[in-house]
This record gives sequence, structure tokens and C-alpha cells, in this order.
Amino acid sequence: MRTNKAMLLISTLLVGSSFMFAGTVSGKVTYTGTPAKPKPIDMSKEPTCAKQHPTPITTETVVTDAGNTLDNVVVYVSSGAPDDGQVPAQAVTYDQKGCQYIPHVAAMHVNQELKIANDDQTSHNIHPLAKVNQEWNKSQPPGTPPIVQKYEKEEFIPVKCNIHPWMHGYFAVLKTSHFDVSKGGGEFKLPNLPAGKYTITAWQEDYGTQTADVTITGNETKEVNFTFKAKAY
Amino acid sequence: MNSSKPVRSRRMTFFAAIFGLILAVGLVIPANAQDVPDVGPKPRVIVKPMESHIGNLTGHSESAKSDYRRYCAGCHGDYGDANGENAVWLDPKPRDFTIATFKCRSTPTGTLPTDQDIYDTIARGLTNSNMPIWNTFTKQQRADLVAYIKIFSPRWDREKAGTPIQIPAEPPVTMDSIAHGKALFTKLECWKCHGPHGEGDGPSAATLTDSKDQPIRPYNFALGKDDSRFKCGGTNRDIYKIFMTGVDGTPMPSFADVIQPNDAWDLVHFLRTLQVHRHSKENEILMSAHGVIPPYVDKNPPPAAAPADNKAPGGGQ
Repeated sequence: MRTNKAMLLISTLLVGSSFMFAGTVSGKVTYTGTPAKPKPIDMSKEPTCAKQHPTPITTETVVTDAGNTLDNVVVYVSSGAPDDGQVPAQAVTYDQKGCQYIPHVAAMHVNQELKIANDDQTSHNIHPLAKVNQEWNKSQPPGTPPIVQKYEKEEFIPVKCNIHPWMHGYFAVLKTSHFDVSKGGGEFKLPNLPAGKYTITAWQEDYGTQTADVTITGNETKEVNFTFKAKAY
Repeated sequence: MNSSKPVRSRRMTFFAAIFGLILAVGLVIPANAQDVPDVGPKPRVIVKPMESHIGNLTGHSESAKSDYRRYCAGCHGDYGDANGENAVWLDPKPRDFTIATFKCRSTPTGTLPTDQDIYDTIARGLTNSNMPIWNTFTKQQRADLVAYIKIFSPRWDREKAGTPIQIPAEPPVTMDSIAHGKALFTKLECWKCHGPHGEGDGPSAATLTDSKDQPIRPYNFALGKDDSRFKCGGTNRDIYKIFMTGVDGTPMPSFADVIQPNDAWDLVHFLRTLQVHRHSKENEILMSAHGVIPPYVDKNPPPAAAPADNKAPGGGQ
């Protein structure tokens, strides 16, 4: 009987180990060179939005932080962790507030629910310019309920509002649940990675993608950093 | 003491252990499986014959091959990718069939059009573009071409056409209906692009681009005399369809989620008054009221969001 118990314990350990000793990949996204200066946005054509920004907001194509770091970079496991098809139950929210997309880049799992809300006193048309997925374009006047959508395929989809041409954003639709968007000084964290070899990809809307390979052997945190070369314009 | 029980439980424990081992190995293998390269010839594009169904007609893609090459490929390209030799000279650009995004649909935004929708577009042509009226083709030829353009996008194989939107019977044109339509035109901010008088000169008009980054102008209702200038058909039902389905691939969104079916007819009636040179029932009613649209009184007023610093839209005079 004792041997049986031991076998049970071993089998449980073998199955469980990959979950119990999960590793983490974390790091920073930085840049070299001089990035283009963010341009102030003139919202005078939309007074209800303009008055929400006493200091005009700037374009978010490249968002830098202290110490030459980059925010809004999507970092995800692009290979090594086969997608288990587990779609996060929680919806991703995408807000239109002060004629700005919040967040600027929304990362989501394929088929994850996406809720798009309009908090403004003006109509927006939400127009994700999908190429692999279906392109649609919907009007969303003030006070209307959120638009709920899903994307079936992996794609980085630029989002725009045709009425307010300065509004730009992105949907990052990924076939993995291991993703993060860099923030607070270019920082990202990909927890719960079982032991294995992975390719980590970092995507910046203007600078493109970068990849790095990393091996997780057990309960450890591996540091992976990405450095993009800034475009001057 | 029953001896079979411990034996069974021992056996089960043994199997549980084996099962655990298999699971554990299984968790490791997929990571390595990806390292094995896919060998052999690259996957080739296999063109699957497509069909179309328009009324009693069945179109076959194979039958349209020579017609497409002769009449369509010059603009739409041999591969349906809008890269025909004439395409560089055209504005607006020819439709790119590889994306399968279509302007004139009876189906909701983001869905494929029905076969009939494409058939009608071929027969009607597209005003203000280089797409002519193809009434020189027989009905069968047009049906075959509808089937042919489906070979360029895998969407036609994967997806079904959208369900056409429900359009209730048109209520009679009244001043009340026109006034409500005007209120909707203001509230839904149609004027931001189309301009307060529907002349295509709203505050956002100059900035508009289509989904291929080509500049595009909003529709100018006031220009021209008749209905031939509407891209997707000139009847009141066609106008109803335009804003309830959206013009996919352009800045024009769908309003299906925000306009009630009957209210949509009121908007159609108001839009007709923006066609100031056109003879219509709507303009007759407006004329008899000396060109003045009275303010619409809503029985259940929602919190108003009036455009503060922008011009209020006006009716046709």
C-alpha cells in the first residue's frame, strides 16, 4: 500500500510540477536613438472633448517613459506554449473617452469578448481596419450600450474613428493567453509559464517586432529585455 | 476479508500513475514538436470552383473565366487583388476581391453580401466610379461572374453571406416624419461628414480616407438632379440599406444598432429633402411648408447633446 501511495504522489507531482513550478519572464522595453516627438492634438472641432484636456494630449504612436523606455508595446509568447484554446472569461474593455482610445493598445485572446464603450458626449464611429478578420464599422452615439465583438483570428488591427481623425488605436488579437502590454516605464511580465523553450515577441505599432528566445527550467524569473531602434519621424 | 478490493484499488493506482506519466510527457512533447520543420512542397493555392444562386439562376465560376479575363481583369486584376493594369489610373480604386469587403450590401456590416447584392452591383454599375453598367451581359453571365469573384477570397468558403436586414414597409411621407429625420441627422451627427446641408462639407469631411488609405469624399446629397448618383441604388429602400448596413471599406458606419427600423424611414425622408434639385414627395411637402422644417417634438425626450460650437443642420430650400 505504501508503494501505491508513493506512486500516486509521484504521478501527481509529475502532472502538477509543470504548474506548481511555473516560471516568469519579465523585463523592460527600451529604445535607442531619438524617437519622433509626439504631436499635440487639436480637438477644437470637438469642443466636448477639447474641454476635457486643459493641456492638449499628444499622439500615441510612440509612448516613451523615463530612462528611454517604451510603453504600449505588446509582449507575448509567440511559440513554445501551444495555445490551450482557453479563452479568458473576462471581457477586454476599450473605451472612447475625451476623444481618445483608452487603452491605446488593447491585447486580447482570439475569441475573447471585447467591449467597446463610448463615454463621450459625441458620436464616434468605431472602425477597426481588419484585414485577416472581418472589417466592420459601427456608429456609437453618446449613451448607447457598449458594442460587444470578438475576433476569430490572430491579427494586429488598427482602429480609427473617421469622425475624429486623430483617434488611433490598436487591437492585438493573439493566439496565446501569455501576453502583456508594457507600461510604467516599459515594464512587462509574463507569469505562469511552465518549464520549456519559448519565443517571446515584442510588437510596437511603428517600430515593428522583435523576438527573443528564453528557456524556463522551473520556478524562476528570467529577464528578457527588448531594445527598439527609434525612428526619427 | 474480500481480497479483490485491495487488488482493484492497487491496479487503479497503478493506472493512475501511468496516466499521470502520459500526461506529464504529453505536456513536454508539444513544445518540442514545434521544432520539427514541415517538409515537402509548400501548400499550393487550389482554386475551388464556386457557385452563385440568384433566383432560379445558378452561376458557375468556371463558366466566367474568359469573361472575367476579358472584361474585369483590366481593373480588378488577374488575381482579383485590384491590381489590374488600369488600376493606377482609377479613383476610386477597383474593388479588391481578395479582401471580400463590399460596399453595396443588404447584410449587416462585417458580413459577406448576398449573391443577389453582387449581381445587382454588376448590373447597376457604380456611379462616380469607373465601374460601368454591365447590362451587355446576359443574366447567366452575370451570375457566373458573381461565382467567379468568390474564388479570390477564402472567406466565401468559410462563411455564409450575412442575413439581410429586415426593412419594414415604408410609412407615408409626412412633415412629422421629415422633422424627426432631421432630428436624427443632428443627433447621430451625420452632418460631421455630410455637412449641415448634406453637401459633403462637414467638419470631418476633408480628413476622410477609405480602408486602403485613399482619400474619400462623403456623399453630397445636394449635387445632381436624380437618383443615378447613389452608388448602391436610388430607391428609398436602397438609401435605408446604406446607413443601416454601412458602406464597408469606407468611413460610413452602420447605424443598425442605434436607429430603430421605423425611425430609419424618417431619416430616409429627411435625406430626400437634402436632394434639393430632385422632384420628390418629400420636397413637395417641404415646399408646401415654404421650405421650413418645424422642430421635432419628442414625446420621450432623452438628455439632449446639442452641437455647441458647430452649425446646426438645415433642411433643403
